[in-house]
Amino acid sequence: MNMEKGLKYSKDHEWVRVEGNVAYVGITNYAQLALGDIVFVELPEVGKLLKSGDVLGVVESVKAASDIYTPVSGKVVKVNEGLAGAPEEINRQPYESWIAAIELSDASELENLMDEEQYGRFCVKEG
Amino acid sequence: MREEKLIFEMGTKGRTAYSLPDLDVPRKGVENLIASEYLRETAPALPEVSEPEVVRHFTRLSQKNHGVDSGFYPLGSCTMKYNPKVNEYVSDISGFARVHPYQHEGTVQGCLRLMYEMDKMLSEITGMARVSLQPAAGAHGEMTGLMIIRAYHEHRGQKHRKKIIVPDSAHGTNPASAAMVGFEVVEVKSDEKGNVDIEELKSVAGEDTAGLMLTNPNTLGLFETNITKIADIIHSAGGLLYYDGANANAILGISRPGDMGFDVVHLNLHKTFSAPHGGGGPGAGPVGVKKELVPFLPVPVVELKDESYYLDYDRPLSIGKVKSFYGNFGVIAKAYAYILSMGQEGLKKASQTAVLNANYLMKKLKEYFHLPYDRTCKHEFVISAQRQKEKGVSALDIAKRLLDFGVHPPTIYFPLIVREAMMIEPTETETKEALNEFIEIMREIAEEAETEPEKVKGAPYSTVVGRLDEARAARNLVLRWKKEDK
Repeated sequence: MNMEKGLKYSKDHEWVRVEGNVAYVGITNYAQLALGDIVFVELPEVGKLLKSGDVLGVVESVKAASDIYTPVSGKVVKVNEGLAGAPEEINRQPYESWIAAIELSDASELENLMDEEQYGRFCVKEG
Repeated sequence: MREEKLIFEMGTKGRTAYSLPDLDVPRKGVENLIASEYLRETAPALPEVSEPEVVRHFTRLSQKNHGVDSGFYPLGSCTMKYNPKVNEYVSDISGFARVHPYQHEGTVQGCLRLMYEMDKMLSEITGMARVSLQPAAGAHGEMTGLMIIRAYHEHRGQKHRKKIIVPDSAHGTNPASAAMVGFEVVEVKSDEKGNVDIEELKSVAGEDTAGLMLTNPNTLGLFETNITKIADIIHSAGGLLYYDGANANAILGISRPGDMGFDVVHLNLHKTFSAPHGGGGPGAGPVGVKKELVPFLPVPVVELKDESYYLDYDRPLSIGKVKSFYGNFGVIAKAYAYILSMGQEGLKKASQTAVLNANYLMKKLKEYFHLPYDRTCKHEFVISAQRQKEKGVSALDIAKRLLDFGVHPPTIYFPLIVREAMMIEPTETETKEALNEFIEIMREIAEEAETEPEKVKGAPYSTVVGRLDEARAARNLVLRWKKEDK
């Protein structure tokens, strides 16, 4: 199970990379492996206000369509337009393929997320 | 089998499959009959082929099909049971097949009677007060049922009930239908036995709950043993219960959604009641409701007065029409024939046999495949290719390999809560020999996965085209063939 250091992880298999007060959100390697070949990504609108747990976007694979939930609250300030034309990047490089960047409205939410070690154990438990 | 060309790629210029007699009236060019702005500038690119070419082309295509008439079809959640040929005979009786929906009621009493009686029979089977036959398919039934639920709440001044609760094992159509009708979808998790998590349900049910959508037995093929408890929770929150009838083949004559506490039900006549399924349908998804909801049913409903049947449109609270005319009448006629030929005992026996067949397969297959929920199942069950996955063989590979054995694959990767899921529903119409043959094939594939995984991963080998690149096909949609593409 490959994880990246320095990222935060949610129980729904999203990762968060924090730069200043902006959080980049993507889906983990575990998630992309479970989904299989990703064929479509629906990105949120820039400017949208989200609460943690809200649907940030949708990834669709040959197996299923899955909602992506934002693990942090805030305003969407940027989306990764490149994924719209190349959704397979999520399979190739899950930790480079951020989906949206969110300006944090409550940085303390980050404390509820797991670090790579905790997430690794969580994935083992998930089987 | 060879690849079949498109009919547009066959034939030759000027070849036709017809010959018309000489005109016995003066010839008038089309430009004299139709205004020029409505005339096309170039001739349509119609196939130019002979009659035998057409016949052979479509016959060959039909031979490439796999259907219940050609082999085993254990597609979970779809109830691909045999379609008795007597149904076809009945729906083709000229009084049913050659009438027009605008005909005067007095001239179509037979059709109206059939609809009236179908309403009564389906009401009895489901424990509902009345049934609308209009919806054209299961998901259409869901939408209709949800519109009825919305109309009911709005009529009672409870417009704020905006949430529909759906378990995580639900059919994808459930949340989709709820969203389409304008509800907000709330998901509840399943517990370790595959049932709805009661504690979580309690925590989400409340003031804003419009209803709960449930399939029982659920998509794992397991009966929700807590169903009356679930109904109590939803009802005491002021919500209604919707029964997705996709899995009704497990319960006919044994238990009724109405008695379990459901308020709205849809049935799939093209699953449970043996009308043909697939191939573009058409289907039929009648919706039944409890007494308090009857005023909201779509118009018209068939009523009987002074020994004659009529279409009643005078229903002020109705949600209106959900389909042109009266539903897919031919499908309804086939299901009517099925119910009458089976009878009450026959329907019950069908469900019992469907459940028996599924349990037999489950018990035998768990020797070779992981069984995540090891309980007595109903009409279907879910196994997992988790064990095979260790050798790199996925549920998809196994499904593809089954094609080489002349078997339609089961539903795969559904329900979503089981990894590498294979959802198997044999139905009551298979013999023990057919089930044994399937078990043997699955055993063989499990063995191949162990000893020569590459063979399974490269399947299928016997079909017209081999393994398709599904990801590329989905990423790069090519939806139209063009002549210049040649």
